Amino acid sequence: MNDAAVIALSPETVLGEMKKNEVTHVVWLPDSETNWLYLLMKGEPSLRLVGVSREGHACSIAAGLSVGGAKPLMLIQNTGMMESGDSLRGWLLGLNIPVVLMVGYRGWTRHGVTQDTAATYTDRFLMAFGINYYLVESDADASRITTAFDEAERTKRPVVVLVGDEYHGFNR
Amino acid sequence: MMHTADMLKAFAPFRRDAIVVPGRGGRYWTDLTTRPNLDVPVGDPAMGGHAGFALGLALARPEKRVILFDSEGDILMSLGMLVTIAEQQPANFYHFLIDNGCYATTGGQPVPNADNVAYEVIARGAGYPRAFAFRELEEFSATLPDILDKPGPVFVALKVVPEIENAPIGRRRRWQTRTRDQVIKDLRAELGVGG
Repeated sequence: MNDAAVIALSPETVLGEMKKNEVTHVVWLPDSETNWLYLLMKGEPSLRLVGVSREGHACSIAAGLSVGGAKPLMLIQNTGMMESGDSLRGWLLGLNIPVVLMVGYRGWTRHGVTQDTAATYTDRFLMAFGINYYLVESDADASRITTAFDEAERTKRPVVVLVGDEYHGFNR
Repeated sequence: MMHTADMLKAFAPFRRDAIVVPGRGGRYWTDLTTRPNLDVPVGDPAMGGHAGFALGLALARPEKRVILFDSEGDILMSLGMLVTIAEQQPANFYHFLIDNGCYATTGGQPVPNADNVAYEVIARGAGYPRAFAFRELEEFSATLPDILDKPGPVFVALKVVPEIENAPIGRRRRWQTRTRDQVIKDLRAELGVGG
C-alpha cells in the first residue's frame, strides 16, 4: 500500500457516514474522481441517487426533499458550488434548509502555491455566504462529516464538507 | 389564449389533497385554494428552481400528488432539470408550465425565441412519458381530468395571456399572506413531518 492509499479518504468511510446520518437521497453531479463512490452508492438500498446536470439544480431539489421530510446530501465539486451561488442563497439559506454539501475541493494542496483558481476562491466564496465548512482529507477526519450533519440540523443552515485532494481514494 | 386565473379556476376542483406549488400563479391561486396548508407559495427564492423544489417534494412524499405551476422563464433557466425529472420518473409529479412568452414582472420583455418554442416537445425529448400543450381553456378543461387521473410525470404547457407589471416592486400588491417560514411550517404540520 502506498502513502497516498494510507492517507486517503475511502469511499466506504464516506458511505458509512451517509448511513450513520440516515441520508435518504444523494443529489449529485459527478466530479472527476468519484466513480468508486458512485458504484457503492448505487449498490446501497437505503440511498436514492438523484443526478443533476448543473449543480444549482441540486439546491432546489435538496430544499424540496428536506421540506418534505427526507434527508438529502449534496455531492458536488467546488466549481459547481460557485456556479450555484444564487440557488444556494435562495433555496438553501433562504428557506433555512439543514443540508450537508460534500464538495470536492479541486485544486486544494498543502504544498507550495495553489495553482488552480477553483481552490483559490472556494473558501472566499463560502465566507462571503457565511457558510461554515470542515476540511476532510482522510479517514482520520471522517467524523467531521457527522459534525457537519449535527451542525446543519442544529442551525437549520447548509454546512459544507470540503473533500481535500479530490477523492484520490475513490478511484482504484 | 387563456388567462392564468381562468386556468387555475378550471384546475381547482380537481386538486383534491395534492400538494400545490403555485409558482408564478400564486397571486391567483391564493384566492382559489381550499387547502392552503398544502400549498407551498414560497415566492421566488431563486429563479429557475421551482421544478427542482417540486421534484424534491415529490420524491420525499411519494404518497402525495405534487402539482407544480412552473413558468417558461424559470424552466428556460434550468432545462436540464427536465432530464433529471424524467430519469426519476416520479409517478406523483404533475408539471404545468405557465407560458406567457415574456418576463412579465420586469415589464414584459420577451423570453428568447418566445413565439417559436415548443416546451412540450422539449419535455418529451427529455424523457417525460406524457406531454401536452394547450392554448384554449375549453380544450384544457376537457382534457384535465384525464391528465390527472393517470400517473406522472406529465408535462402540460399552457399558453397564457401576459399580465405585465410595470409598477416598482415595492408598490405592487402583496398577495402572500404567510411568510416562507410559516408556509413550510404549515405544510410540514399537514404532512406530519417533524422538525
